[in-house]
Amino acid sequence: MENFDVIVVGGGPAGLSAALSAAQAGMKTVVIERGDYPGTKNVMGGILYTKATDLIVPEFWKEAPLERPIIEQRIAMLSGDESILAGYRDPAWAKEPYNAHSVFRVKFDRWLAQQAEKAGVMIIPETIVENLLYKGDNVVGVRTGRAEGDLGAKVVIIAEGVNNFLAVKAGLAKPLKPESVAVTVKEVIALPKEKIEDRFCLDEGQGATIELYGDSTAGMMGVGFIYTNKESISIGVGAILQPLIRNNWTPNDLLENLKSKPYVKRLLQGGETKEYLSHLIPEGGYTQVPKLHRQGVLVVGDTAMLMNSLNREGSNLAMISGKIAGEVAAQAIKTGDVSDQAMTVYETRLRDSFVLKDLHHYRHMGKFFEENTHLLKVYPKLFSQAVKMYLTADGTPKKQRQKEIIKMAFEKRSKGGLIKDIYGAWRALL
Amino acid sequence: MHFVVCLKQVPDTSEVRIDPITNTLMREGVPSIINPYDAHGLEEAIRLKEKVGGKVTIVSMGPPQAKEALKKAMTFGADRAILLSDRAFGGSDSLATAYILSSAIQKIQETDPIDLVFAGKEAIDGDTAQTGPGIAQRLGFPQLTYAIKIQELTETTVTVERKTESGRQIVQAQLPALITVEKELNDLRYASLPNMMKAAAYEPEVWDVKSLSFDTKKMGLKGSPTSVSRIFAPPGRSGGEIMDGTKDPAATAATVVQKLFQQNIIMVNPLAKGGKS
Repeated sequence: MENFDVIVVGGGPAGLSAALSAAQAGMKTVVIERGDYPGTKNVMGGILYTKATDLIVPEFWKEAPLERPIIEQRIAMLSGDESILAGYRDPAWAKEPYNAHSVFRVKFDRWLAQQAEKAGVMIIPETIVENLLYKGDNVVGVRTGRAEGDLGAKVVIIAEGVNNFLAVKAGLAKPLKPESVAVTVKEVIALPKEKIEDRFCLDEGQGATIELYGDSTAGMMGVGFIYTNKESISIGVGAILQPLIRNNWTPNDLLENLKSKPYVKRLLQGGETKEYLSHLIPEGGYTQVPKLHRQGVLVVGDTAMLMNSLNREGSNLAMISGKIAGEVAAQAIKTGDVSDQAMTVYETRLRDSFVLKDLHHYRHMGKFFEENTHLLKVYPKLFSQAVKMYLTADGTPKKQRQKEIIKMAFEKRSKGGLIKDIYGAWRALL
Repeated sequence: MHFVVCLKQVPDTSEVRIDPITNTLMREGVPSIINPYDAHGLEEAIRLKEKVGGKVTIVSMGPPQAKEALKKAMTFGADRAILLSDRAFGGSDSLATAYILSSAIQKIQETDPIDLVFAGKEAIDGDTAQTGPGIAQRLGFPQLTYAIKIQELTETTVTVERKTESGRQIVQAQLPALITVEKELNDLRYASLPNMMKAAAYEPEVWDVKSLSFDTKKMGLKGSPTSVSRIFAPPGRSGGEIMDGTKDPAATAATVVQKLFQQNIIMVNPLAKGGKS
């Protein structure tokens, strides 16, 4: 049996970042990945944040396969055929230090894996880790599905993604529940780059994003998105599994519903669907973060439920958690103490960073929306009605119109209800 | 014994499409794989090595990225992999490719005598089935093509069951020999973890035009008499015929049988007794 300092299970953003930082600290490191190569099994909406990635590979934008720097972020609230739009645009985001890029994980993660290999990481593809290896109560490696498949390690970093089989087997996490996991589907639709730039008012090479709320998910807890790539548009939508099951919708129904919206249809017109992807997203939030460590083991990324869906951040949390885990593992190995006590440093450092701070900040959000299912049904309609009334020029004096709007709002939602909702939202989000 | 396996990296043809306007292959974004027939040749070489001892050398010609295919091939448990890569090799047809590969095999042989060379029966991107026999010809090796079973391997001979259009043939040749293989020959292995790790750490040797005493007139575009006049996608199959059998099933059945006779799909056995035609 060959021995390593660090075994990383899974070649996604979290696992590769963990391996890279462990190898940079001098650890003999291996990544075991089930796909043909890192990236083939990895799916996300498609936005990569610059700051976090820069910490993993400094100035990655000079070499990495990226699609477009994002200079505009729009938010759309859909209600039937109507939409309310808001957004922010800054051309400075097209230049260093950037804010975010659209990417394809399959290309980017392959590149990231190559950076890890350059740092000395060994990558074993097409291999599944079936279990941790124990000696007494101590974790001493992993067992893969291949012949002569045992590998020894001082620290195992579990970065297996949202499907947390290994973490469950190790007694660190609980199996996923339909109310704390979202299913997201996405299509990549090819369009000539001139068309993309015209439709989104972009200069050559620049990118834009749109997040779509309200009827984009037909009132279910979720969100739709449209991201521009070099020569394609990614459109996707995700919703919590439980309401999907309750309403008997397939993930594909969600996507077709979004694609049929007039505002969306026009942006995609004439494109050809090239890829269809689907993925689960851990939405359990702070209260369902699993045990993050034990003797000889650290849990990172999606497996650790590190996901901030409100700000559509996930890969950056994954990468930072991976980086910290790699550093903590290396430190523990160097001092010769990989006990659970020594591993708590990892959790402490996550708590001191935005990763767990953000999750803690939004800890009431999931429950708030779960308990107030009317929010996503009442408010899109209410807001679009209000804006429509405000913008309609029909000779009504404005003061009277404002009164009408307030009256309409109270008809759709009682005064007490409105106050309760605002207070609830305040508590959940601010 | 020393086994050499010729191996080609090919685009995954199940994902290649032909541009309807320019009639050229659209290779962009198409993943590359080991030519499936070659993989079975490699598998057989490894099995023989495990049985009789010896070593397996893989040789491939292709662009630098073909290293990936060689690294993957190493997971089977091969001992050495050589990539022949040089701009001068670009554009080679099967004649030139056979020349380049046979030159490399000759060089390998100088230090390490060879007993058996394996090649796939053909590559799935070109389907010519010429390169393997072309190598055998240049090396002066007997060639056993379309092998589906290695019946016996002795110190001096190899006996092979081969597939022909009308049946099976059992043939024997003196070593050294070259065998081109069908997929039926064996089932591919699921590599062991130690072999996966060995392959991950392995860096294939790269030989360029200077590594060998080549006649540059026999390689690349200059050495390739083949010219492709046209590439086209085969016409799509016309849809089948659907007959409504609900109204008069007997009549419909009779029509179906008649049509099958007309197209010679079924016929009356002239030797059968008591048959009516």
